[in-house]
Amino acid sequence: MNNEQQTQDNKIDNYRRKLLGGSAALAGAAALGPGVFFTSIARAKPDAEPASSEVRWGFLIDTNKCVNNCDKCVTACNDEFNLTGFGRPETDAQWIRTVTLRDKKTGHTTKLPLMCQHCAHPPCVDVCPTGASFKRPDGIVLVDKHTCIGCRYCMIACPYKARSFVHETIDNQKEYGPRGKGTVESCTLCVHRVDKGEIPACAEACPEKAILFGNMNDANSDIAQRMASTASTEIRGDLRLDLGVRYQGI
Amino acid sequence: MKTRRKTQRTGLVTLVFALFSFGAMADVPVPDIPEAIKGEQCVEETSFMRRNHMELLSHQRDDTLRKGIRTKKHSLKNCFTCHVVKGADNQPVTVKDPRHFCRECHDYAAVQVDCFQCHTSVPGGAKTTGTRP
Repeated sequence: MNNEQQTQDNKIDNYRRKLLGGSAALAGAAALGPGVFFTSIARAKPDAEPASSEVRWGFLIDTNKCVNNCDKCVTACNDEFNLTGFGRPETDAQWIRTVTLRDKKTGHTTKLPLMCQHCAHPPCVDVCPTGASFKRPDGIVLVDKHTCIGCRYCMIACPYKARSFVHETIDNQKEYGPRGKGTVESCTLCVHRVDKGEIPACAEACPEKAILFGNMNDANSDIAQRMASTASTEIRGDLRLDLGVRYQGI
Repeated sequence: MKTRRKTQRTGLVTLVFALFSFGAMADVPVPDIPEAIKGEQCVEETSFMRRNHMELLSHQRDDTLRKGIRTKKHSLKNCFTCHVVKGADNQPVTVKDPRHFCRECHDYAAVQVDCFQCHTSVPGGAKTTGTRP
Protein backbone atom coordinates (compact mmCIF):
# COMPACT_ATOMS: atom_id res chain seq x y z
CA MET A 1 0.00 0.00 0.00
CA ASN A 2 1.49 3.38 -0.95
CA ASN A 3 1.69 6.38 1.34
CA GLU A 4 -1.00 8.36 -0.38
CA GLN A 5 -3.47 5.56 0.04
CA GLN A 6 -2.43 5.12 3.65
CA THR A 7 -3.05 8.82 4.40
CA GLN A 8 -6.41 8.57 2.74
CA ASP A 9 -7.26 5.54 4.86
CA ASN A 10 -6.20 7.35 8.01
CA LYS A 11 -8.44 10.28 7.14
CA ILE A 12 -11.39 7.98 6.67
CA ASP A 13 -10.46 6.24 9.85
CA ASN A 14 -10.45 9.50 11.83
CA TYR A 15 -13.85 10.31 10.48
CA ARG A 16 -15.11 6.86 11.36
CA ARG A 17 -13.55 7.04 14.79
CA LYS A 18 -15.52 10.21 15.54
CA LEU A 19 -18.65 8.59 14.24
CA LEU A 20 -18.04 5.44 16.27
CA GLY A 21 -17.17 7.58 19.29
CA GLY A 22 -20.61 9.12 19.04
CA SER A 23 -22.36 5.78 18.83
CA ALA A 24 -20.23 4.46 21.70
CA ALA A 25 -21.53 7.28 23.90
CA LEU A 26 -25.03 6.26 22.92
CA ALA A 27 -24.30 2.64 23.78
CA GLY A 28 -22.89 3.88 27.09
CA ALA A 29 -26.43 4.62 28.19
CA ALA A 30 -27.16 0.91 28.08
CA ALA A 31 -24.06 0.03 30.11
CA LEU A 32 -24.65 -2.38 32.97
CA GLY A 33 -21.69 -1.11 34.97
CA PRO A 34 -18.16 0.18 34.43
CA GLY A 35 -16.68 -1.69 31.50
CA VAL A 36 -19.65 -4.05 31.23
CA PHE A 37 -21.81 -3.66 28.16
CA PHE A 38 -24.81 -5.58 27.07
CA THR A 39 -23.82 -6.39 23.53
CA SER A 40 -25.79 -8.45 21.08
CA ILE A 41 -26.12 -8.96 17.37
CA ALA A 42 -29.37 -8.54 15.54
CA ARG A 43 -30.94 -11.95 16.11
CA ALA A 44 -30.20 -14.90 18.35
CA LYS A 45 -30.65 -18.25 16.63
CA PRO A 46 -33.45 -20.33 18.19
CA ASP A 47 -31.93 -23.36 19.98
CA ALA A 48 -33.62 -25.93 17.75
CA GLU A 49 -32.68 -24.22 14.50
CA PRO A 50 -29.53 -25.44 12.73
CA ALA A 51 -26.87 -22.97 11.58
CA SER A 52 -27.85 -21.51 8.21
CA SER A 53 -25.72 -21.22 5.09
CA GLU A 54 -27.39 -17.89 4.39
CA VAL A 55 -25.25 -16.49 7.18
CA ARG A 56 -21.50 -15.98 6.92
CA TRP A 57 -20.00 -14.94 10.24
CA GLY A 58 -16.79 -12.99 10.09
CA PHE A 59 -14.53 -10.30 11.44
CA LEU A 60 -13.44 -7.02 9.93
CA ILE A 61 -10.33 -5.89 11.79
CA ASP A 62 -9.10 -2.31 11.56
CA THR A 63 -5.37 -2.47 12.22
CA ASN A 64 -5.18 1.35 12.38
CA LYS A 65 -7.01 1.14 15.68
CA CYS A 66 -4.84 -1.63 17.09
CA VAL A 67 -2.72 -0.13 19.87
CA ASN A 68 0.86 -1.17 20.63
CA ASN A 69 1.37 -3.18 23.83
CA CYS A 70 -2.33 -3.99 24.02
CA ASP A 71 -3.23 -7.66 24.16
CA LYS A 72 -6.74 -7.45 25.56
CA CYS A 73 -8.17 -9.63 22.76
CA VAL A 74 -5.63 -12.35 23.52
CA THR A 75 -6.29 -12.17 27.26
CA ALA A 76 -10.03 -12.22 26.73
CA CYS A 77 -9.73 -15.37 24.58
CA ASN A 78 -7.49 -17.09 27.13
CA ASP A 79 -9.94 -16.23 29.91
CA GLU A 80 -12.97 -17.30 27.91
CA PHE A 81 -11.60 -20.81 27.34
CA ASN A 82 -9.22 -21.12 30.30
CA LEU A 83 -6.25 -21.50 27.96
CA THR A 84 -3.46 -22.00 30.44
CA GLY A 85 0.23 -22.21 29.64
CA PHE A 86 2.87 -24.70 30.72
CA GLY A 87 5.79 -22.32 30.29
CA ARG A 88 6.44 -23.60 26.77
CA PRO A 89 5.46 -20.82 24.38
CA GLU A 90 6.36 -22.94 21.34
CA THR A 91 3.60 -25.45 22.04
CA ASP A 92 1.22 -23.77 24.50
CA ALA A 93 -2.33 -23.31 23.21
CA GLN A 94 -2.77 -20.07 21.30
CA TRP A 95 -6.06 -19.36 19.60
CA ILE A 96 -5.34 -15.71 18.88
CA ARG A 97 -2.05 -13.85 18.86
CA THR A 98 -0.81 -10.41 17.96
CA VAL A 99 1.51 -10.06 15.00
CA THR A 100 3.65 -7.02 14.27
CA LEU A 101 4.52 -6.30 10.64
CA ARG A 102 7.38 -3.95 9.79
CA ASP A 103 7.87 -2.32 6.44
CA LYS A 104 11.63 -2.68 5.92
CA LYS A 105 11.81 0.34 3.65
CA THR A 106 9.92 2.86 5.76
CA GLY A 107 10.21 1.27 9.20
CA HIS A 108 6.44 1.62 9.65
CA THR A 109 5.02 -1.05 11.90
CA THR A 110 1.49 -2.43 11.88
CA LYS A 111 0.08 -4.55 14.64
CA LEU A 112 -2.79 -6.95 14.14
CA PRO A 113 -4.56 -9.79 15.91
CA LEU A 114 -4.39 -13.09 14.04
CA MET A 115 -6.67 -16.05 14.64
CA CYS A 116 -8.31 -18.80 12.59
CA GLN A 117 -9.40 -17.03 9.41
CA HIS A 118 -12.50 -19.24 9.02
CA CYS A 119 -11.85 -19.86 5.31
CA ALA A 120 -14.69 -20.73 2.95
CA HIS A 121 -12.29 -23.29 1.44
CA PRO A 122 -10.34 -24.39 4.51
CA PRO A 123 -7.13 -26.37 3.86
CA CYS A 124 -7.46 -27.95 7.33
CA VAL A 125 -10.75 -29.54 6.26
CA ASP A 126 -9.23 -30.71 2.97
CA VAL A 127 -6.41 -32.62 4.64
CA CYS A 128 -8.21 -34.02 7.68
CA PRO A 129 -8.17 -37.83 7.35
CA THR A 130 -11.09 -38.45 9.73
CA GLY A 131 -13.47 -35.61 8.90
CA ALA A 132 -12.89 -34.06 12.31
CA SER A 133 -12.07 -30.65 10.81
CA PHE A 134 -15.24 -29.26 9.36
CA LYS A 135 -16.97 -26.06 8.37
CA ARG A 136 -20.39 -25.22 9.73
CA PRO A 137 -22.94 -23.96 7.20
CA ASP A 138 -22.51 -20.44 8.60
CA GLY A 139 -18.79 -20.47 7.82
CA ILE A 140 -17.37 -21.27 11.25
CA VAL A 141 -14.49 -23.77 10.99
CA LEU A 142 -14.31 -26.16 13.93
CA VAL A 143 -12.65 -29.35 15.13
CA ASP A 144 -14.87 -32.26 16.12
CA LYS A 145 -12.71 -33.58 18.93
CA HIS A 146 -14.80 -36.74 19.11
CA THR A 147 -13.25 -37.82 15.82
CA CYS A 148 -9.91 -35.97 15.93
CA ILE A 149 -7.02 -38.46 16.18
CA GLY A 150 -4.41 -35.79 16.83
CA CYS A 151 -2.43 -36.35 13.61
CA ARG A 152 -1.87 -32.60 13.22
CA TYR A 153 -2.05 -32.57 9.40
CA CYS A 154 -4.38 -29.58 9.73
CA MET A 155 -1.77 -27.67 11.68
CA ILE A 156 0.69 -28.19 8.84
CA ALA A 157 -1.90 -27.30 6.19
CA CYS A 158 -3.04 -24.05 7.83
CA PRO A 159 -1.27 -21.08 6.21
CA TYR A 160 -1.96 -18.94 9.29
CA LYS A 161 -0.54 -21.22 12.01
CA ALA A 162 -3.91 -20.82 13.67
CA ARG A 163 -4.17 -24.23 15.33
CA SER A 164 -2.75 -25.65 18.53
CA PHE A 165 -2.30 -29.18 19.78
CA VAL A 166 -3.13 -30.10 23.34
CA HIS A 167 -0.11 -31.86 24.83
CA GLU A 168 -1.22 -32.09 28.44
CA THR A 169 -4.11 -33.51 30.41
CA ILE A 170 -6.56 -30.69 31.04
CA ASP A 171 -9.07 -30.48 33.86
CA ASN A 172 -10.10 -26.83 33.91
CA GLN A 173 -12.44 -26.72 30.92
CA LYS A 174 -15.32 -24.31 30.72
CA GLU A 175 -18.79 -25.76 30.26
CA TYR A 176 -19.02 -24.39 26.72
CA GLY A 177 -15.42 -25.06 25.72
CA PRO A 178 -14.40 -28.73 25.84
CA ARG A 179 -10.66 -29.26 25.36
CA GLY A 180 -8.66 -32.45 25.68
CA LYS A 181 -5.22 -33.95 25.40
CA GLY A 182 -4.36 -35.41 22.02
CA THR A 183 -6.66 -33.22 19.95
CA VAL A 184 -6.16 -30.12 17.83
CA GLU A 185 -8.02 -26.91 18.62
CA SER A 186 -8.33 -23.36 17.37
CA CYS A 187 -10.48 -20.26 17.47
CA THR A 188 -14.15 -21.30 17.41
CA LEU A 189 -15.32 -17.77 16.58
CA CYS A 190 -16.87 -18.13 20.06
CA VAL A 191 -19.58 -20.27 18.49
CA HIS A 192 -21.21 -20.75 21.91
CA ARG A 193 -21.72 -16.98 22.13
CA VAL A 194 -22.64 -16.45 18.49
CA ASP A 195 -25.43 -19.05 18.67
CA LYS A 196 -26.86 -17.09 21.62
CA GLY A 197 -26.73 -13.85 19.67
CA GLU A 198 -23.67 -12.47 21.44
CA ILE A 199 -20.39 -11.35 19.94
CA PRO A 200 -17.04 -13.18 20.33
CA ALA A 201 -14.95 -12.49 23.44
CA CYS A 202 -12.07 -10.77 21.59
CA ALA A 203 -14.37 -8.37 19.77
CA GLU A 204 -16.17 -7.56 23.01
CA ALA A 205 -12.89 -6.97 24.88
CA CYS A 206 -11.23 -4.67 22.32
CA PRO A 207 -11.15 -1.19 23.88
CA GLU A 208 -10.66 0.45 20.46
CA LYS A 209 -13.49 -1.54 18.82
CA ALA A 210 -10.95 -2.59 16.19
CA ILE A 211 -12.58 -6.00 15.77
CA LEU A 212 -15.98 -5.78 14.13
CA PHE A 213 -18.03 -8.97 14.15
CA GLY A 214 -21.06 -9.66 12.01
CA ASN A 215 -22.84 -11.43 9.19
CA MET A 216 -20.93 -10.70 6.00
CA ASN A 217 -23.84 -11.95 3.87
CA ASP A 218 -26.33 -9.45 5.28
CA ALA A 219 -26.05 -6.25 3.24
CA ASN A 220 -27.56 -4.25 6.12
CA SER A 221 -25.06 -5.41 8.75
CA ASP A 222 -22.37 -3.04 10.01
CA ILE A 223 -19.65 -5.34 8.80
CA ALA A 224 -21.01 -5.65 5.25
CA GLN A 225 -21.57 -1.91 4.98
CA ARG A 226 -18.08 -1.12 6.20
CA MET A 227 -16.62 -3.71 3.85
CA ALA A 228 -18.49 -2.06 0.98
CA SER A 229 -17.47 1.49 1.89
CA THR A 230 -13.86 1.03 2.96
CA ALA A 231 -10.98 -0.95 1.49
CA SER A 232 -10.17 -4.18 3.25
CA THR A 233 -7.98 -7.12 2.36
CA GLU A 234 -7.34 -10.75 3.17
CA ILE A 235 -4.02 -11.99 4.50
CA ARG A 236 -2.48 -14.22 1.82
CA GLY A 237 -5.43 -13.45 -0.43
CA ASP A 238 -3.40 -15.04 -3.23
CA LEU A 239 -4.34 -18.44 -1.80
CA ARG A 240 -7.97 -17.66 -2.72
CA LEU A 241 -9.39 -19.32 0.37
CA ASP A 242 -12.17 -16.72 0.74
CA LEU A 243 -11.51 -15.77 4.34
CA GLY A 244 -14.01 -14.94 7.04
CA VAL A 245 -11.56 -12.45 8.55
CA ARG A 246 -10.64 -9.30 6.66
CA TYR A 247 -8.23 -6.53 7.61
CA GLN A 248 -8.10 -2.80 7.05
CA GLY A 249 -4.89 -0.77 7.04
CA ILE A 250 -2.44 -3.42 5.92
CA MET B 1 -18.05 -56.61 15.96
CA LYS B 2 -19.82 -53.41 16.89
CA THR B 3 -23.19 -55.18 17.11
CA ARG B 4 -21.65 -57.89 19.24
CA ARG B 5 -20.15 -55.37 21.60
CA LYS B 6 -23.46 -53.56 21.76
CA THR B 7 -25.25 -56.81 22.55
CA GLN B 8 -22.72 -57.54 25.25
CA ARG B 9 -23.10 -54.08 26.67
CA THR B 10 -26.89 -54.20 26.63
CA GLY B 11 -26.65 -57.61 28.31
CA LEU B 12 -24.33 -56.25 30.96
CA VAL B 13 -26.48 -53.22 31.66
CA THR B 14 -29.58 -55.39 31.87
CA LEU B 15 -27.78 -57.71 34.26
CA VAL B 16 -26.61 -54.84 36.43
CA PHE B 17 -30.06 -53.39 36.74
CA ALA B 18 -31.70 -56.77 37.08
CA LEU B 19 -29.48 -57.28 40.12
CA PHE B 20 -30.24 -53.79 41.28
CA SER B 21 -33.98 -54.26 41.07
CA PHE B 22 -33.74 -57.39 43.24
CA GLY B 23 -32.70 -55.18 46.12
CA ALA B 24 -33.69 -57.91 48.48
CA MET B 25 -30.53 -59.77 47.59
CA ALA B 26 -28.68 -57.91 50.30
CA ASP B 27 -25.41 -59.77 49.85
CA VAL B 28 -25.01 -58.49 46.27
CA PRO B 29 -23.25 -55.12 46.15
CA VAL B 30 -25.21 -52.62 44.06
CA PRO B 31 -24.26 -49.12 42.96
CA ASP B 32 -25.50 -46.45 45.30
CA ILE B 33 -27.08 -44.12 42.73
CA PRO B 34 -27.17 -40.54 44.04
CA GLU B 35 -30.56 -38.81 44.13
CA ALA B 36 -31.12 -36.12 41.52
CA ILE B 37 -31.08 -32.76 43.28
CA LYS B 38 -34.38 -31.73 41.76
CA GLY B 39 -35.92 -35.13 42.51
CA GLU B 40 -38.30 -34.95 39.56
CA GLN B 41 -38.73 -37.12 36.50
CA CYS B 42 -35.70 -37.38 34.21
CA VAL B 43 -35.93 -36.07 30.62
CA GLU B 44 -37.13 -39.55 29.56
CA GLU B 45 -38.39 -42.62 31.45
CA THR B 46 -35.80 -43.78 33.97
CA SER B 47 -35.65 -47.28 32.47
CA PHE B 48 -35.14 -45.78 29.00
CA MET B 49 -32.41 -43.48 30.28
CA ARG B 50 -30.56 -46.35 31.95
CA ARG B 51 -30.27 -48.23 28.67
CA ASN B 52 -30.07 -45.37 26.18
CA HIS B 53 -28.52 -42.30 27.77
CA MET B 54 -25.33 -42.79 25.76
CA GLU B 55 -27.24 -42.85 22.48
CA LEU B 56 -29.08 -39.65 23.34
CA LEU B 57 -25.83 -37.95 24.31
CA SER B 58 -23.95 -38.93 21.18
CA HIS B 59 -26.86 -37.93 18.94
CA GLN B 60 -27.13 -34.58 20.69
CA ARG B 61 -23.37 -34.01 20.49
CA ASP B 62 -23.34 -34.38 16.69
CA ASP B 63 -26.40 -32.16 16.30
CA THR B 64 -24.90 -29.48 18.49
CA LEU B 65 -21.35 -29.48 17.19
CA ARG B 66 -21.96 -30.14 13.50
CA LYS B 67 -25.27 -28.36 12.96
CA GLY B 68 -25.41 -25.85 15.78
CA ILE B 69 -28.67 -27.24 17.21
CA ARG B 70 -28.52 -26.36 20.87
CA THR B 71 -31.67 -27.85 22.40
CA LYS B 72 -31.01 -28.52 26.06
CA LYS B 73 -33.17 -31.59 26.75
CA HIS B 74 -30.62 -34.30 25.90
CA SER B 75 -27.45 -32.31 26.46
CA LEU B 76 -24.63 -33.35 28.77
CA LYS B 77 -24.92 -29.94 30.40
CA ASN B 78 -28.56 -30.66 31.24
CA CYS B 79 -27.61 -33.92 33.02
CA PHE B 80 -25.66 -31.92 35.56
CA THR B 81 -28.45 -29.51 36.33
CA CYS B 82 -30.04 -32.37 38.34
CA HIS B 83 -27.45 -35.13 38.66
CA VAL B 84 -24.86 -33.36 40.73
CA VAL B 85 -23.23 -34.68 43.88
CA LYS B 86 -21.93 -32.18 46.39
CA GLY B 87 -18.93 -32.80 48.59
CA ALA B 88 -18.30 -31.76 52.21
CA ASP B 89 -17.51 -28.20 51.07
CA ASN B 90 -20.94 -28.02 49.37
CA GLN B 91 -19.21 -27.80 45.98
CA PRO B 92 -20.03 -30.27 43.17
CA VAL B 93 -17.57 -33.15 43.05
CA THR B 94 -15.67 -33.75 39.81
CA VAL B 95 -15.39 -37.07 38.03
CA LYS B 96 -12.12 -37.67 39.91
CA ASP B 97 -14.29 -38.38 42.96
CA PRO B 98 -15.82 -41.89 43.00
CA ARG B 99 -19.07 -40.37 44.29
CA HIS B 100 -19.62 -38.53 40.97
CA PHE B 101 -23.01 -39.46 39.49
CA CYS B 102 -21.58 -41.04 36.34
CA ARG B 103 -18.94 -43.00 38.18
CA GLU B 104 -21.32 -44.73 40.58
CA CYS B 105 -22.60 -47.05 37.84
CA HIS B 106 -19.71 -46.87 35.41
CA ASP B 107 -17.20 -48.01 38.02
CA TYR B 108 -19.56 -50.80 39.04
CA ALA B 109 -20.08 -51.96 35.46
CA ALA B 110 -16.42 -51.38 34.56
CA VAL B 111 -17.41 -49.29 31.55
CA GLN B 112 -14.95 -46.49 30.93
CA VAL B 113 -16.52 -43.10 30.25
CA ASP B 114 -14.41 -40.87 28.00
CA CYS B 115 -16.59 -37.74 28.00
CA PHE B 116 -14.62 -36.04 30.75
CA GLN B 117 -11.27 -36.19 29.02
CA CYS B 118 -12.50 -33.06 27.26
CA HIS B 119 -15.77 -32.01 28.93
CA THR B 120 -16.04 -30.55 32.38
CA SER B 121 -17.69 -32.89 34.88
CA VAL B 122 -19.26 -30.22 37.07
CA PRO B 123 -22.05 -27.73 36.35
CA GLY B 124 -20.78 -24.38 35.13
CA GLY B 125 -17.28 -25.70 34.37
CA ALA B 126 -14.02 -24.61 35.94
CA LYS B 127 -13.35 -21.19 37.31
CA THR B 128 -10.62 -19.17 35.61
CA THR B 129 -7.42 -20.62 37.02
CA GLY B 130 -3.83 -21.40 36.09
CA THR B 131 -0.95 -19.64 34.40
CA ARG B 132 -1.71 -17.79 31.22
CA PRO B 133 0.36 -18.67 28.14
